[in-house]
Amino acid sequence: MIFEGLSEKLQNTFKKLKGKGKLSETDVAEAMREVKIALLEADVNFKVVKDFVKKVKDRAIGLEVMESLTPGQHVVKIVNDELTELMGGTQSKIMISSKPPTVIMLVGLQGAGKTTTAGKLANILRKQGRRPLLVAGDIYRPAAIKQLQVLGEQLNIPVFTLGNKTNPVDIAKGAVEHARSYGNDVIIIDTAGRLHINEELMDELRNIRESVHPHEILFVMDATTGQDAVTVAKTFNEQLGIDGVIMTKLDGDTRGGAALSVKAVTGKPIKFAGMGEKLDALEPFHPDRMAARILGMGDVLSLIEKAQSTIDTEKAQELQRKIKSQEYSLQDFMEQMDQVKSMGPLEEIIGMIPGMGQMKQLKNIKGSLDEKEFARMRAIIQSMTEKERKEPRIIKDSRKKRIARGSGTKVSDVNRLLKQFDETKKMMKQFTSMDKNIKKGGGFKLPFFK
Amino acid sequence: MGFFSKLKEGLAKTRHGFVEKIENLVSGGKKIDEELYEELEEVLIQADVGVNTAVELVEDLRKAVRDRKVEDSSELKDILKELISDRLGSGDEGINLNGHPAVVVVIGVNGAGKTTTIGKLAYNLKQQGKRVLLAAGDTFRAAAIDQLEIWSGRTGCELIKHKEGADPAAVVYDAIQAAKARNVDVLIVDTAGRLHTKINLMEELKKVFRVISREIQRDPDEVFLVLDATTGQNAISQAKLFNEAAGITGIILTKLDGTAKGGVIIGIKSELDIPVKYIGIGEKIDDLKEFRPGEFADALFAE
Repeated sequence: MIFEGLSEKLQNTFKKLKGKGKLSETDVAEAMREVKIALLEADVNFKVVKDFVKKVKDRAIGLEVMESLTPGQHVVKIVNDELTELMGGTQSKIMISSKPPTVIMLVGLQGAGKTTTAGKLANILRKQGRRPLLVAGDIYRPAAIKQLQVLGEQLNIPVFTLGNKTNPVDIAKGAVEHARSYGNDVIIIDTAGRLHINEELMDELRNIRESVHPHEILFVMDATTGQDAVTVAKTFNEQLGIDGVIMTKLDGDTRGGAALSVKAVTGKPIKFAGMGEKLDALEPFHPDRMAARILGMGDVLSLIEKAQSTIDTEKAQELQRKIKSQEYSLQDFMEQMDQVKSMGPLEEIIGMIPGMGQMKQLKNIKGSLDEKEFARMRAIIQSMTEKERKEPRIIKDSRKKRIARGSGTKVSDVNRLLKQFDETKKMMKQFTSMDKNIKKGGGFKLPFFK
Repeated sequence: MGFFSKLKEGLAKTRHGFVEKIENLVSGGKKIDEELYEELEEVLIQADVGVNTAVELVEDLRKAVRDRKVEDSSELKDILKELISDRLGSGDEGINLNGHPAVVVVIGVNGAGKTTTIGKLAYNLKQQGKRVLLAAGDTFRAAAIDQLEIWSGRTGCELIKHKEGADPAAVVYDAIQAAKARNVDVLIVDTAGRLHTKINLMEELKKVFRVISREIQRDPDEVFLVLDATTGQNAISQAKLFNEAAGITGIILTKLDGTAKGGVIIGIKSELDIPVKYIGIGEKIDDLKEFRPGEFADALFAE
């Protein structure tokens, strides 16, 4: 889960504060020392940490907190505000020019993930109804052009290339002309990875900029970058004037210090975050939601948006009706599983539910929720007849044996699935009282948790 | 150009950041006081050494200052250099190519520089007169096979490949059979970049290792984790988890020619005792160098 380590450390620190009815300056100082270490261990830039801690401290020691009835909560709120601010406050979108084509250029160090990001970005833009053109501007890395072409093929998005013998500046110019004549309203230029201190290659980027005047120069940055992140981002910004940042590899266990530092140092916002290997795993970056997630306050907004974009509303209403009328069948169970699965990795989803990331039993599910388990459950259900799916109670020994044989599983697996289904059905009935259950800190069980 | 000067050139930027800060701190005839130690600790943290290791190093420094009764702050730099180089170990292990064919597997997260490093390593071994075979085990990333194929052409090393999307374990199986049949000295296996937290991908990696061990009747001779030097403390987590899944025998630290400080090496060696065996200091085919802690520390602190 993103920021997991950082999140845990900060929450432990704040737990101590929250219990206190009154806060002394020493309490705040002690907490801030822990915050400082947590941020440093998360690779947040040293200077950024110093400024951040000072700001929070000043506000916390000020009157507003000391006179508050719940000073601990108040400190958490200040940290939340400041973290949000640190990451840029509100969501920043990319600028689409009123005179197409909009030109977007991706720049960054080697291995940051520019080419993959180019593909993902084109995919997002097409979903918004645009006609993107990918431009193969990396003529140096072996097979970089081929890589972009393969991505283009997978996404069915055109790729413009002039091979690796043509100067990237001419490629960019040619791409703009191509876009004009073929009606592409957005072009995304992939450039070769380069060191910020390589003057020759930085010149090349400046030349591309001068010749096609990109509307957006986006700096692609690996989220696991350490203290050097700010040097690199700053230099790219000084040399090129970037318009925003795309953070990649935020789906690992990075504590994401680079994400927390880059806005403070360059003044340029993070616009997107790369969250996985799949070509739809690029998401708009919301500083406020990210801050809430770091502090374990959940991110219900993203969860709802995700659900809205992936779950079919008609199906959901139909499901509701079935639950009420006791018609909920194994077929529905399977469809529901598929829907939840299509929302993305479960650990990510769980991180968005307030308080869920903190629940102990959920920490162990990482390994148990693999794709294989899903596939096995699907196979079992698919080996049942329609009648069995509707009325699971008719499934007795010989049917179980047949189903197990048909799905390549064991009778015990079939039993387990039936048990899980029963539990889910029970839980579904209690759904209306779910709120209370969560508050009690238990009883909320998704169907596929072991 | 000799190794030393090349390394120095590659590390020039590193030195600018790191050593100059230390020099500024310790040369001004400053008093050795609490503030100075704190500032040194900050410099180390900014070099990606990590909070724990930085605190330990400064603690060691204090002790050394006490033991040796040092009073002049200008001596602190040499002591710190000594402490750092001590932690980095002897570094005389070199690459283990005992098996025939010797099997070297290269693993790491996405974008660390695995394929490029393999190209450089193949070239390096070929220069030593070895017959090298490459296995295109990254069947996932678009055009990864093509990328390795270009390196195969550049280095004149043969390549075993399947189609994109093929089972990497099958590629490795074929490569081992070919390596035996063709009597090559070293087989270098490329693998797809994967985040160490993706359980299914780490399982896939374990399968590749099972196939290798079964086919050569021993563990691979070397398992190199490729680490990007710009990575911060996450590098330690990468090393830990890859080590659990694949038993790393050495680290190759790439992209040391940027402004990254390289402090992460110290942290990893301290916490996991995995030696760094090579460093990547540039884009050219001969820009992979054997890691020598002594020379590395010297170059890092050279005037």
